[in-house]
Amino acid sequence: MAEIIVRNLCKKFGDFVAVESSSFTVADGEFFMLLGPSGCGKTTTLRMIAGLELPTSGEILIEGEEVGQKPASQRDIAFVFQMFALYPHMNVRKNISYPLVSQGMRRAVVNQKVKDVARILGIEDILDRPVSGLSGGDRQRVALGRAIVREPKCFLMDEPLGALDAEFREHMSGELRDLHDRMGATTVYVTHDQREAMQMGDRIVVMNHGIIEQFGTPQEIYDYPATMFVADFIGSPPMNLLEFEGEIVAERDYLTLNGQRIGIPPLKESAHGLLVLGVRPEHVSLNDQSRFRGRVETTEYLGTTQIITLSTPNGNLKARLISSTLVREGEVVGLSFREDLITIFNKQTGKALKAIRKPGFSSNG
Amino acid sequence: MSKWSPTEPSNLQKWLAGSLVVIYALVTLLPLLWIISTGFKTPADSIAYPPKILFNPSLEGYVNLFTTQTRQTEEYLANNPPTNWYEQLVHDKGMVIAGPSRYGERFFNSIIIGFGSTFLSVFLGTLAAYAFSRFKVPLKDDLLFFILSTRMMPPIAVAIPIFLMFRSLGLSDTHAGMILLYTAVNLSLAVWLLKGFIDEIPLEYEEAALIDGYTRLQAFFKVVLPQATTGIASTAIFCLIFAWNEYAFAVLLTSGSAQTAPPFIPTIIGVGGQDWPAVAAGATLFLLPVMVFTILLRKHLLRGITFGAVRK
Repeated sequence: MAEIIVRNLCKKFGDFVAVESSSFTVADGEFFMLLGPSGCGKTTTLRMIAGLELPTSGEILIEGEEVGQKPASQRDIAFVFQMFALYPHMNVRKNISYPLVSQGMRRAVVNQKVKDVARILGIEDILDRPVSGLSGGDRQRVALGRAIVREPKCFLMDEPLGALDAEFREHMSGELRDLHDRMGATTVYVTHDQREAMQMGDRIVVMNHGIIEQFGTPQEIYDYPATMFVADFIGSPPMNLLEFEGEIVAERDYLTLNGQRIGIPPLKESAHGLLVLGVRPEHVSLNDQSRFRGRVETTEYLGTTQIITLSTPNGNLKARLISSTLVREGEVVGLSFREDLITIFNKQTGKALKAIRKPGFSSNG
Repeated sequence: MSKWSPTEPSNLQKWLAGSLVVIYALVTLLPLLWIISTGFKTPADSIAYPPKILFNPSLEGYVNLFTTQTRQTEEYLANNPPTNWYEQLVHDKGMVIAGPSRYGERFFNSIIIGFGSTFLSVFLGTLAAYAFSRFKVPLKDDLLFFILSTRMMPPIAVAIPIFLMFRSLGLSDTHAGMILLYTAVNLSLAVWLLKGFIDEIPLEYEEAALIDGYTRLQAFFKVVLPQATTGIASTAIFCLIFAWNEYAFAVLLTSGSAQTAPPFIPTIIGVGGQDWPAVAAGATLFLLPVMVFTILLRKHLLRGITFGAVRK
């Protein structure tokens, strides 16, 4: 297993820049997520690591060896495709053994390895079936089998659960994470589904328009988004972004919004102009004392919680409240926010302003 | 009547459709049946009016097809009695077999030229189609259009330049020349058909093979080719049918050693009156290879024709 280092990686297709100077390190044994909307360059990045695309510039090191310009067959990596890409003219056993055959491994060894892998994945009973008749889940398992049988340096997965239906995806993502924990294999996983990324990843890179917006643990990214894009992309519903024109003095732990003092993590530097206050829906609560008020527009009942959409002078805002809280549409209510998890953004640059966080958490970005 | 169903046709509809198919089959098969039956008639029966549907089958046509015969005197005939059934057949007409005819050679030429050019068209076509499908080829669209444009006029339109070219290159009446010519004509069809098929094969298969440690060439042979068999088979059928049946160029460019069967068959008629049974026998045998080839590959042909129509 190996560490993957990506340095200033850049990929252009003609005039179109797919990936712009990306750098990140995937630690040995880590489950690493590349997250972003479609067309953000995450798949291109993965394909460059795999050797299916050649980078325009930059370096890729797998286990300390520069592989950027090497063909895929010499990188000793495994790739799981979204559409599985099982060889349709071979049965399950042949599909799984195919990467071993290319190494000229002895038949007895190949058979033993295929058997071991089949046992791990629970597909021993379908080894002699053609791949065309398999269910989505079994195809996925065969694709994984073909990847793990080689014991490669790392696994690269391109939305491997994208072709499964929602219910089964949940189950498979658990299985995948278990498998990873048992094997301790370095895994780079591409997804556009932020829930999947949060649920499975040790660390996440969020990309947009070929640029890395932020990387960190799921909690860092969720609590301290580095940009407005990340704030808006992660979370369901996403972070509320309230625009205001004003000034925030450095190291002061509050700001004034519509006459209401709102506690915030103190900023390292003063800021003024068009700013944005970001607060997660679950960090909004009703408070009759507050002079920051909003009108209830709609409520969505979700069982244990409910999502309330309010209109405020600074734009719409969603709050996640316990279902038992009684709110009526049309009602005007006072709002307060959980202070330590507020993020202030500069609207112009879209970037979060650096704040002095309490020890124990580190700000990122 | 069974219950009405939105998808299942009614019995009447099935019956109508069935009769249409039978009528169509009769219309297309009748000429074939006529040729096959004429091959087994005697020359007299073959030109009888009204035409004979029922007749005493005879192998005279086939014997005439494969032999050359000369008329002999009564004395000679009496001194040289026939030793087997076909000599007997000829003997009864007052003739003797002088030797084998050229039909066998011509038939063999057809096989070499037909299958040779088909193999070459499909082989080159597959490689070109793969390159056009997978690689960044400069001026790809223009090249593809150029390849297609070679089919925009009937090939025979360029007969004179080709005739002159072949004469000065020494390709006239050679197997190599005819194989080259038919390959040139078929290649554009092969490239276009096969490109369509290869485009439909997801790129991921090759990428998976590349990652599994295979080179591109290995991936092509082990993963792409098995996927493309349907396309290759149906392309081969189309190419073979053209090369096998081609008449005009064969008349123009071959006369002796490389002459194919199509220009030869009509000449059979000239030997000793209007020998329709021999012509029909030649045509019947000539049909067989293409028929066998098509039947062997028909599973692929059917899939090939409807390929890509339905997303799997």
